[in-house]
Parts: sequence; C-alpha cells; structure tokens
Amino acid sequence: MRVMSQVAMVMNLDKCIGCHTCSVTCKQTWTNRDGVEYVWFNNVETKPGIGYPRGYEDQERWKGGWTLDRKGRLQLKSGGRLKRLASIFANPYLPTLDDYYEPATYDFDQLVNAPAQDDVPTARPRSVITGKNMNIEWGANWDDDLGGSPEIAHLDPNLKNMTEQVQMSFEQTFMFHLPRICEHCLNPACVSACPSSAMYKRVEDGIVLVDQDACRGWRMCVSACPYKKVYINHQTGKAEKCTFCFPRIEEGLPTVCAETCVGRLRYIGIVFYDADKVAEAASVTDESELLDSQRNIILDPFDPEVLAAARAEGIPEDWITAAQESPIYKLIHTYKIALPLHPEYRTLPMVWYVPPLSPVLDVTTELGYDNTDADDVFHTISSLRIPMEYLASIFTAGDVDTISGVLMKLAGMRTYMRNRTINGDVAHEVLERIGMSAQDVEDMYRLLAIAKMADRYVIPKAHTERAAELASWQSGCSLDGPGGPGMSAVATKGGKVSLTLARRRPR
Amino acid sequence: MWANFWFVVFPYVCFAIFVVGHIWRYRHDQFGWTTRTSQVLESRWLRLGSPLFHFGALFVIVGHIGGLLIPPSWTRAIGIDDHTYHLVAVWGGAVAGLVLCAGLIILLIRRFAYSQRIRVVTNGWDYLMYALLTAEIFVGMWQTIAINIFGEGYEYRGTISVWFRQLFILQPDPAMILDAPIWYAWHAVLACLIMAIWPFTRLVHVWSIPVAYLARPYVVYRRKHAPDIAPVTTRMRR
Repeated sequence: MRVMSQVAMVMNLDKCIGCHTCSVTCKQTWTNRDGVEYVWFNNVETKPGIGYPRGYEDQERWKGGWTLDRKGRLQLKSGGRLKRLASIFANPYLPTLDDYYEPATYDFDQLVNAPAQDDVPTARPRSVITGKNMNIEWGANWDDDLGGSPEIAHLDPNLKNMTEQVQMSFEQTFMFHLPRICEHCLNPACVSACPSSAMYKRVEDGIVLVDQDACRGWRMCVSACPYKKVYINHQTGKAEKCTFCFPRIEEGLPTVCAETCVGRLRYIGIVFYDADKVAEAASVTDESELLDSQRNIILDPFDPEVLAAARAEGIPEDWITAAQESPIYKLIHTYKIALPLHPEYRTLPMVWYVPPLSPVLDVTTELGYDNTDADDVFHTISSLRIPMEYLASIFTAGDVDTISGVLMKLAGMRTYMRNRTINGDVAHEVLERIGMSAQDVEDMYRLLAIAKMADRYVIPKAHTERAAELASWQSGCSLDGPGGPGMSAVATKGGKVSLTLARRRPR
Repeated sequence: MWANFWFVVFPYVCFAIFVVGHIWRYRHDQFGWTTRTSQVLESRWLRLGSPLFHFGALFVIVGHIGGLLIPPSWTRAIGIDDHTYHLVAVWGGAVAGLVLCAGLIILLIRRFAYSQRIRVVTNGWDYLMYALLTAEIFVGMWQTIAINIFGEGYEYRGTISVWFRQLFILQPDPAMILDAPIWYAWHAVLACLIMAIWPFTRLVHVWSIPVAYLARPYVVYRRKHAPDIAPVTTRMRR
C-alpha cells in the first residue's frame, strides 16, 4: 500500500442556481490574459445541454479518457503511444476555437468618440482574437437555463443512451446546473498523454499542473482530457489548466470558485488513496463496477493499517487529522451520496457531485403529488425512468439503481428534518427505507443544508518550513514580464483589443 | 575573396550563431521553447498541410544526409552503381520535395491568406523563417526538377558534398562549390541563414521530438517545487 493524499472537491448540485459567480471570479483570477480569452477553468453548464466545449462528452468524437485494449489493459482512447506520436504533426481530435467560442468585446470607444450625428452610436461586437467586427453566434454557456434548447439540447451526448420518449419530453420536466473544474484525476489522461512530461500530479496533494517551461505545445493533453479542461493558450502555444488554486490551498484557503460560491455548495478536503491500486481500479472490466472501484480506492482514514502506511510515507499528523475530518470522505463514503462525473472515462476524477434532487421534485409536483412527502418522491424515483436515466448516464455510467438510492437519501433527509422541525417527531419508517441512522441523517443535514464554512472546507496547510527561505528569493514581481504590470504590451496586427494584464509571450 | 566569405567564413559564423543561440535560448527561454501550435485557431487546413510538410521534410532531411555525408566510394562499395544511385536520389528527392512543397503551400496560404486568426499570432521571426524556408525549398526543388530531371543533371557528390564534408575538418575549399551551378551556391547560403535564425524561431521544437515518451510510465508524479533546484526569481524575471 502506498498512501498518497489528494485534495478533492464535492459539489452539491441541488444548491446550484447557475449564477456563474464561480466562473467569473475564476476568470478574473486566472484567465483574464491574452491567449486564454476563450478559456474557462471553471464553467457552469445547463443540463440537459451540450456543454463547453460543444458536445465534449461525446468520446466517440473526441477520444478523451481511457479505454481497455484487447488484453484488458488501460490505453488512452486516442490510441497507443506510437499511434499518437505519429499524429503529432496534426492532432485529429483537437477542438478548435469554434468548438469553444470566439470571444468578443464591444467597440465601446465608438460610444465615446463618435461625432455628433442623427443616429445613436452603437458598440459593435469585435473579436478579441482578430480585432475585427464579428457576429456573436456562440458562447461558453449559450444554452444557459435551456435557452435555445429545442434546437440544441438533443445534441447532448448523454441523451444517446436514452429512449425516444425522454428526448421529447425532458424540456418540460427538468433541468439543473453543472459547474465544472479540472477533476485532478487519480489516473489523469492528460498527464499520461503529455509527450514532454510537462504535466504532472503533485505527490503532496495530487493537484495536476502544467510545467509552463517544459510544455512544448504538442497539444495531446487537450484531446486526452475527456472533460476538456486543459486548454491551449494560443499566444504562448502552451497548455494551461485549472490549478485548484494551489497557492490558496497551500495556505489552507479554499479555491476562488469555492470561496465565492453564493450557494455555498462546494466542499473541499483531502482524502487518502492507495496509489498502487490506481491502475487496477481504473481497469475494471464491467463499467457498472467502476463507481465502486473508484469509491474503494479512497482509504479509510481511521483504519490503523492505513494510518501506519500514511505515516511511513511521511504524511504529516495535521494532514492525517484533516483526512479524518474531511467532508469529502463523509460525502463519498460515510453517507455515500457523492458521485464522480462520468466514472466510465476511467480517469478516477476527484471532483465529485451530490446529484440534484430538484429534477425529481419538479416531476413529482407536475404529476400532482406532494414533493415534501417522502413516499410521493420515492414513488417518482422508483417509477419514473426520467430523469433518473439521464442522471445515471452522467454520474454512474448508466446505473439507475445507485442514483435512485442517493436521491432517496436526499428525499428522506428532507422528510425526516421536516417532521423533526414541524411535528417534532422522528420518521422511523423513512430512516428504515434509506438505511441511515437518525444521527447520520442529522449530521448529513448539517453538512449539506447548514453548510458552515468550517465544515465545508477542511484544508490542511502545506508544510512550508522553508517558506522564509523561499520568500527571501522572491524579490521580483511575477508581472515584471514583457510590457510590465497592467499593460498589454505589444499590439498585434488586426487591431487587437487590449486586455488588462501583461502579456507573457514567447519571442 | 567573396567566395571565401560565403563558403568559408559565413558557414562557420552561422554555425556559431546556431550553437551559441541554442545554448542561450535553452537556458533563458524555456517558456518560449514551443511549437507555438495554432491548431486551436484553425484545424482543417493544418490537418492536411502539416503532416505533408513534416513528413516531406523528414524524408528530405534523410536524403540530404545520404547525399552530403556518404561519399560515392561507399555506395559503390556496397554495390550501388552511380546511375542507380542518381535515379533513386533524384526521383526519391523529387517525390519527397513535392510532398514538402504541397504542405508548405497549404501552410503558407493558411497562415497568410486564409485565416485572419493565425495572422494575428504570427510574429516577426515567423515571417523571416517562412521567407527563408520558402526560398530554400524552392531553390532546392529547382535544382532537382530543372537541373536533374529536365536539365542535363549535375553530379553534386563530387563537389558540393566534398565541400560540405571539408567544413567538418576545418579545411573547406570554396572552389568546389563555385564549379557547381549557381543554384547550389544559393541553396548553401540559404541553408546557412536558416541555421543562423534557427535558435530564435519556433524551429527549436525540432530538438524536442518526444521519443522519451515511448518508454515513460503513464502518470508523472512530481514533488512540490523544491527551493534548491532552481531559484524562483530568475525564472520569473524573464
């Protein structure tokens, strides 16, 4: 057993209102630079919908993630090493700007400088890439809140496995928001595909990063990532991705997206996992067993054997304590209500989701039942294939029973707490049906609904005993690059629109 | 005197720039050391042009190594007579050259005419590099097609190749290259120029061919930045 720690996140989707605050604050922090205008390390999608970039979940098209070869061994879906090196001159599975969207700004200058005239001056949209006038035809969340969905949503790859009937009726029945960041996978396909070994997983906290000095721009990572969360900076020609805000995490602070989330739906903590078992867990033959194998690779932080192994690996005591108090471990293992995003990609993602109950509640109401009554909700869950099938195709590789079980727990918790608060009694029959103790349900309620900051974020500080030494070298500013702070240095041809931060571009 | 400059002094100067330039760039500009891929901006034409160009270039390079470094006596020794050699070299070279040219033309149109987006990420070094590469490739094609296929042919292995090998033993004789048609002299001078700008352009990605990848474990783990490996500031202050 080789115990490693991993910083992980869980998002409680029932609380996401799709306000995009996480996306905006993330963009302001990380991707408001030239070359990454189209990049959203954090984005929020409406489901059903085709996501960002368009249809990224269709791995028959993009070849992201892993598959098993004929001998049952893990292989990147885009092919073996030789095959991929042979396609190094032109990546056949690379999304282009049009699959994301062409970022635009507006010609605000015109509003200020237009001469006196009869017509009101307008600010026309301009491409941030070329500086030319353009029509805005797509965006990172174009189908937000099912906007345009009658035309667009049927392209959602998750609908492929479902029946005709579902496709026709879903738009009247449900929707939910899906915020996405890099999954910081235990078996990262991007890292495995990088020919230059520029991408790596940090031993201490499992954060997946791109070494900007080692990246040579082969762009294999972009196509290998099934979540399309590695991007090319078209100015520098290098890959960039979500960093899990590691400078903040190292200080024990939550990521920017989590900190600014108005729904307080994100949880951050560490989990221990067995690094020796990663390949085994990812190469389970039966897709329906992938969820369990991914759950089981996360180790019990109270098991004396695990603790001994963790100490042998040099994991510090405060990290062990943090792993024991981790809200992530509770959500994944104790309550078993958090599920990974597309476990069938076999990357062992480490951003998990509590699936939304709201689509079920919507349907319950629509059918004329009482959505506060556990029995009515349980009935909807067990009798209706929609939207359970859809959620299953996203979170459990198609296993409807698992998703039903999780939703029943959430519905049961609602009813239990409602009875506690309003009637002052204990709904034993509900507890029995969801198979949880009263204490567990109340703890779960505290974690999910009260969601105190101290409960949501249990982040141990990085051990920086040599921080002072590091700081003494830090005599320069990271913006002391070409052009200096606050300046967009070189105006490129085509009337490039200035953005605010200094450009870092190769000579 | 000019012959001495172009075919003795100039190659060495260019080679010196090539070597020192690479050392400098590798030490000071790891961040800029990249293919500067533009596929994310335009993929359709790149998927056609880039493999043609690169595979063409690889074969052309192999052909040049064969023609310049291997003396006729060696090929005769393994039983290839000069006529057979010439046929293989000229026709093989012509095919590889045509593939290269097709790729180059597609990439040129893509970059400078077809796509507005790519022109924006094209910098000064790119313009210079494309100009020199284009000139060099077309001069080379002219030699192969006009002189060796439709013309009377020229046995460069007795002159140009000898001069090229003499460069390595520091005794180049410019008279050798002056005997050849003027196109060969141009081809050599342009090659030297490309060598001189090489370290400052995206051409450096050639040295990063990731063969080590074939033998690497899939997942790469690294410990957090250890202060004794590289001081933070020098990397940041670029």
